[in-house]
Amino acid sequence: MGNVLHIVVCAGIVPDPLQTLEPVNGPAGPGLKNEMMLPAVLDPWAASALYEAAHLTAKNAGSKVWLVSLGPKAKLQQVMMTVAQKVSFELVPIDGPIGGFTDAHATAAVLAEAIAAIPGLDRDKLLLFGGWESATRGAGVTLQLIGERLGIIDQFQGVDQIALHEDGSFEVLERVEGGKHQLSVCAGAPAVLGWATGNLGEPRNNPQIGMANMRLMMPALQKAKPATLASNGLHYISTSLPKQQRTTRVVKDMSTDEIARELIAWMGAE
Amino acid sequence: MSEEPIAAEMPAELPAPIAERQAIDVDIACAGFGPAMGGFLTKLTQAWTENPADPAFESKVTPGMPLQVLCYERADDIAAGVSGVVTKAREIRASFPHMQPSDIPMAAPVTQERVLYLLDPDGASRRSIPLRIADFMLRMAGGLAGVRDYAFELPWTPKFLHKHGGMVMSIGQFNQWVGTQLMTSGLVQIWPGTPVAAPLFNGNAVTGVRLADQGVDKEGAPVEGYMPGMDVRAHLTVVGDGPVGAVGQAIDQRIGMPPEHARREWALGMKMVIELPPDPTNPEGLDWKSLVKDGVLADLGSEADSLQPGTVWHTFGYPEPEIFGFLYVHPDRLVSVGIFVPSWMGDPGRTAYRYLQHYIQHPALWPYLKDGTLRSWGAKSLDESGRRGEPFLTGDGYARIGEGSGSTNTLTGSGVDEAWATGTQLGESVIELLRAGKPFSHQNLAATYEKRRRSSKVEQGVREAENARNGFHRGVIRGMFGMALAGLSKGYFAVGAKIHPLYQQIRRPAAFSVEGIRRKQAAARGIEEGRPLHDALLSARGFPEIEFDGRLLVSHQDAMLMGGKVQAAPGFADHVVFTDLRLCAACDLRTCISMCSGQAITQGEDGLPTFEREKCIHCGGCLWNCTQSTDGEHGNIKFVAGAGGLHSAEN
Repeated sequence: MGNVLHIVVCAGIVPDPLQTLEPVNGPAGPGLKNEMMLPAVLDPWAASALYEAAHLTAKNAGSKVWLVSLGPKAKLQQVMMTVAQKVSFELVPIDGPIGGFTDAHATAAVLAEAIAAIPGLDRDKLLLFGGWESATRGAGVTLQLIGERLGIIDQFQGVDQIALHEDGSFEVLERVEGGKHQLSVCAGAPAVLGWATGNLGEPRNNPQIGMANMRLMMPALQKAKPATLASNGLHYISTSLPKQQRTTRVVKDMSTDEIARELIAWMGAE
Repeated sequence: MSEEPIAAEMPAELPAPIAERQAIDVDIACAGFGPAMGGFLTKLTQAWTENPADPAFESKVTPGMPLQVLCYERADDIAAGVSGVVTKAREIRASFPHMQPSDIPMAAPVTQERVLYLLDPDGASRRSIPLRIADFMLRMAGGLAGVRDYAFELPWTPKFLHKHGGMVMSIGQFNQWVGTQLMTSGLVQIWPGTPVAAPLFNGNAVTGVRLADQGVDKEGAPVEGYMPGMDVRAHLTVVGDGPVGAVGQAIDQRIGMPPEHARREWALGMKMVIELPPDPTNPEGLDWKSLVKDGVLADLGSEADSLQPGTVWHTFGYPEPEIFGFLYVHPDRLVSVGIFVPSWMGDPGRTAYRYLQHYIQHPALWPYLKDGTLRSWGAKSLDESGRRGEPFLTGDGYARIGEGSGSTNTLTGSGVDEAWATGTQLGESVIELLRAGKPFSHQNLAATYEKRRRSSKVEQGVREAENARNGFHRGVIRGMFGMALAGLSKGYFAVGAKIHPLYQQIRRPAAFSVEGIRRKQAAARGIEEGRPLHDALLSARGFPEIEFDGRLLVSHQDAMLMGGKVQAAPGFADHVVFTDLRLCAACDLRTCISMCSGQAITQGEDGLPTFEREKCIHCGGCLWNCTQSTDGEHGNIKFVAGAGGLHSAEN
């Protein structure tokens, strides 16, 4: 294919979702207990977007991926030491607060400004990628807001697949109700694609890719501009964890049929 | 110059690579990131930051650039290390003169120290007759002798055990704090999730490291997506991958150990981080800063009504006489509590997790921990051989630092600050050699690093401790006596003992002995109830069943899920290998199974032990809990390079 793509992936860092998370209220509003202490990962939804972006650029010579991420510089650096080993990209770090309790409009404003300032980024080749959902406590609207601020009107959410055509147009599979997909055809870039899980697995760590990425990443991290997010009057009335999914029960001598019946009943109750 | 990986790490018949093995050249390659490597890299970066124009720091492999220093860590996060520690932190403070405990999450200055002898409230532990007599007398004396909650607090403890002036902290958080500063300097790259498979050798010179192959099956054979591990060629290889690290093991295998040196003493440290229930009288917890007056920390005395940050308890006597325990209190109502199960506890059914559950329920601890919540859990093998396990510290192109280099002081039970010190000593030496323009030859490294280390307090400490634990091989009472003797005489006097190879230290009960019969009965009960042998054995001995509460007292597998997350990236070979399964088939003790911290080693349907990488927390316990041997020294289990391990949430 002869499409040259400029793909910008917006991806935050989040506490490893399988860790013990506990919301707390501090002077600056709600947050997670000991959030800076928890191992962090790239937001899994956005990570899918990054892998899809890398896959597309690998098939389209001359294309490039930028990863725009807002978070504490030191924490970003740690996460990037792993992410950078997986696929090639250029990092655009923004030194900002951790946590997803920020106002989505304020976050979108900072990210849109950083994207608009990327040197060499061609808007006519721009695909703006991100996660359809987020493992943070975000409202799930940040990506759309960035697109609006950048004046991109073609937006797709819950994307599982994209197929490029020779003329620059592309087909998109979006998740819709009932476990089905909606097929859309877009005339071409620029467009916003909020990815669901996609179809690609997590690439293996490749130290060679990591070394190549790190040549630009380390200076970029050192120069990362601090960003202050406006609260815009956002106020949280309460915060709580999702319902506990795991319970421990020790039962002896239970038949497989009984176990199966109980599981079905449990799933039906959820 | 040609590099060859050590043969022991490679499959015997490796098919031709289907992808080309990549290679890079760096100045310094580092294996493993822990306190020792933190010390080394801190010393290096601090010197470079003072004067980045110093020509000594110009790279030899990429002229015009700063030194290329790459550090590879197996775990997926440098904060994944599992250990709550108390340390005097003298050397750490020397590296960071302005550091405050409050700078590091979960750190607090030591405010209170107690040493408790725990009586057995269950009547189940394996106590010798003299110990039973002593226990009886203590119980009779009761409060008059200071016995409270089945615990006797030692009225006096020797100075060498004190940690006053030190810090309670989490190694995971400390590593993260150090790593952040190192990477911010721009000189050092620390790559997590990147296991090092083996050193590269040219003769006996180490010329770099080889990263682990990816896209391989359980046995290491290439499959789809095969990506050979990269060769990282280096002028200096710094080996700090701990006592069970693949690089250190491979060098020992290739070059051997110094005469009379062997790693024959180990312990498995298993711990929980528990969030204490709110204290109604002090809901926010005591702020230790309020205790500092004129720069001096007020002494809280030997007892306090509630657990205050900086509290340090060390215990012995329960759940078995050989098992030492600890309780360290961090800020924010967090407590690290755990046990050490030593290799000289010869019980073939020894285990850790269930013992830990009994330990936290001891009457001296449970009132504080009850209604707490498990926030984190983990385990690690500790090399307790000290100086007797010290390998050759230097060779052509390499130097060894940290716990794997025999720096742990087994008398004072401290290793973090010592490991850090060995790192800084190597850092100073490397800077000296760089400035002198000298190569990293065996001779030059010995004349700088080894010389510094031999004249340091680390060396003094490990020499004093060298024979301190001998007595434990002849019983707990002799062990305690020997420790006191060595400690008070600064190592001049000690109890003598012959330390046997590890596989011989595990006792083999006679078939018709009481223990042998009890094992058979427990085995039958275990099969009937579908539970492991060691678990059934402890119940048979009289330890009460654990009543799960779903928050703190949970099943072993639940602890792994609630206390963190096991990382096992696909595409890597199994890192636990049973060398000769015929020996496993002939073994009826299966200590590898009972001591497996993650229940990753279980008995298969064919009766042979099987390994599940997805459950392994990389504690390395299997390496020294095998009752069989192929060479008269090492066990039948190999622990080689592997990715992942346990991510504890707070460690």
